[in-house]
Amino acid sequence: MNLFVVAPVIVPLFSAAVLLLLRHSQGAQRVLATLSTAASVVVAAVLMAQVSSGGIQVVQFGGWTAPFGISFVADHLSAVMVLIASVMALASAVYALRDIDPERERSGFHPLFQVLLVGINGAFLTGDLFNLYVWFEVLLISSFVLLTLGGRRAQLEGGIKYVSVNLLSSMLFLAAIGLLYGLTGTLNMADLAIELRHQDPGLVTTIAMLFMVAFGIKAAVFPLFFWLPASYHTPPIAISAFFAGMLTKVGVYALMRVFTLLFTGDVGYTHTILLWVGAFTMVSGVLTAAAQSDVRKILSFHIISQIGYMIMGLALYTPLALAGAVFYLIHNIVAKANLFLIAGIARRLTGSFDLGRIGGLFKAAPFLSALFLIAALGLAGIPPLSGFWAKLLVVLAALEAGVWWIAAVALGVGLLTLFSMTKIWQYAYWKPAPDDAPVGAAPSRLFYAPVVGLAALTVLLGLWSTPLIGVADAAAAELLDPSRYVGAVLGPEAAAGLRAVLEASLGGDQ
Amino acid sequence: MEVPFAVMVGVLFASGLYLMMQRNLMRFVFGLLVLSGSVNVLIFTAGRLTRGAAPVIPAGLTTPAGEVANALPQAVVLTAIVIGFGLIVFTLVLLLRVYERLGTVKTDELGDALVRLDDEDEV
Repeated sequence: MNLFVVAPVIVPLFSAAVLLLLRHSQGAQRVLATLSTAASVVVAAVLMAQVSSGGIQVVQFGGWTAPFGISFVADHLSAVMVLIASVMALASAVYALRDIDPERERSGFHPLFQVLLVGINGAFLTGDLFNLYVWFEVLLISSFVLLTLGGRRAQLEGGIKYVSVNLLSSMLFLAAIGLLYGLTGTLNMADLAIELRHQDPGLVTTIAMLFMVAFGIKAAVFPLFFWLPASYHTPPIAISAFFAGMLTKVGVYALMRVFTLLFTGDVGYTHTILLWVGAFTMVSGVLTAAAQSDVRKILSFHIISQIGYMIMGLALYTPLALAGAVFYLIHNIVAKANLFLIAGIARRLTGSFDLGRIGGLFKAAPFLSALFLIAALGLAGIPPLSGFWAKLLVVLAALEAGVWWIAAVALGVGLLTLFSMTKIWQYAYWKPAPDDAPVGAAPSRLFYAPVVGLAALTVLLGLWSTPLIGVADAAAAELLDPSRYVGAVLGPEAAAGLRAVLEASLGGDQ
Repeated sequence: MEVPFAVMVGVLFASGLYLMMQRNLMRFVFGLLVLSGSVNVLIFTAGRLTRGAAPVIPAGLTTPAGEVANALPQAVVLTAIVIGFGLIVFTLVLLLRVYERLGTVKTDELGDALVRLDDEDEV
């Protein structure tokens, strides 16, 4: 049994338990929270290395062989997502050391943050659909509390929207699981991948649409995204940034998983819908962002717009497109969370998030301005930063697949993203501060540590993109050939059986 | 046997969603309760219904004698009930806090209340 497959869940779970016991000693909590998040990064890196060298890693819980027990499966996509989640958790945890007030720490910020990481890593690693629901609930309930922790009025008002829409999505997810179980009699994803090929395609597609709506709400795609900009700007920045980077991406991950492993029986129908959803998500997100003046709201709408690119990569469903989607996921998590963290520092310097009320940051904080430019231009896709490669891959994939219109949409939205970033630059950094600007204070130097780290990552992924492109390629190859996933979980015979079914269905089409 | 249950799930789903669309958030919570109950019945029904046969293997055998009830949906529903219980309790506490701090639980009045009362320094 490979312990490193479960370690990304065990480490934060154990530390959450200890942190609860230490609730009266905030100093000890801070040290332990930082150390355990760093430990999560280490075990995630080991898991990534193992997957890169040894292929898909599987653990069967309690010695029950699949499909009877619960499996944990780490393929390239899962491993890289776990790694980036841990890295982002570390960045947010360090930022939180100065950002989160003692009142929120006393109310349990540190253990909750670890439980959130438990839920995220569990969702990335599980190979069982009902277990995925359980991990989703673990991350949801801790995100509910983190979002409303502190109980400011704006947080409560945003929290209501976030909680209600996400609960509805969970119910749809659970209903879809129930219907799938009724159809196939199994919940193990590898087993489902085989069983679904023998079922009535009409019924399978109907259930697939239910999954698309349930995960679509969590991933904040058009037209299901309205809860996100209504809530993400309300908690402290350390929490906002982690949510902005990671939480919607768990939804994107779930969409990528089920629409490559399970629901590929009618790609012409389901993935065409996804393609349109992706296009509308890109456009509506970027256009609404242009009308905002609160930095956090602009960035929130850009989260949505960027999700569209990943959905587009998934919808095109070619090796290059899926590799582009994976690269885009990683790049976007880093750049987006960093922009939130930078906005938090700017808020401390100037005293407001409102672009109309602040200014003069370029003069007051040239170093911060440089960091903002790296993250913002990275997000917009300017070479040689990471966003350039991400956009290049998905646009190339679109042209290769002959879907020129989506390539045009993607490029146009990229231009509008650049416009939005220029707007923040123009108002917050370039123009002089207005006379009635609120007063800020110099923030602690510790705030800069995670921001510099993430900006370096954005530059590094741009200048030296080969390793991540390699991982993305490997992930795409695994996603497009479900028999490899099935073979790792259920054994070579099951994989051969699935391959025969897939080839037969391909032959039937021709 | 499954057909009346399927119809019941449909009716419960519709009632739950209707309640969730009300302006009063208390009704939203009731809708959530009904919806989560109906999803549990759905899973239970999807596992096929068997009357009066507990999934117990008699002594001396390795497989059940004859047709027995499906134990897996029951385990799944049990987990879902526990999770749903926690989520609903959290939602109720959140509503209570909203009522204390904003003075209303009507969705169309929340935004106004926020603008009217928002005088605290948000850091």
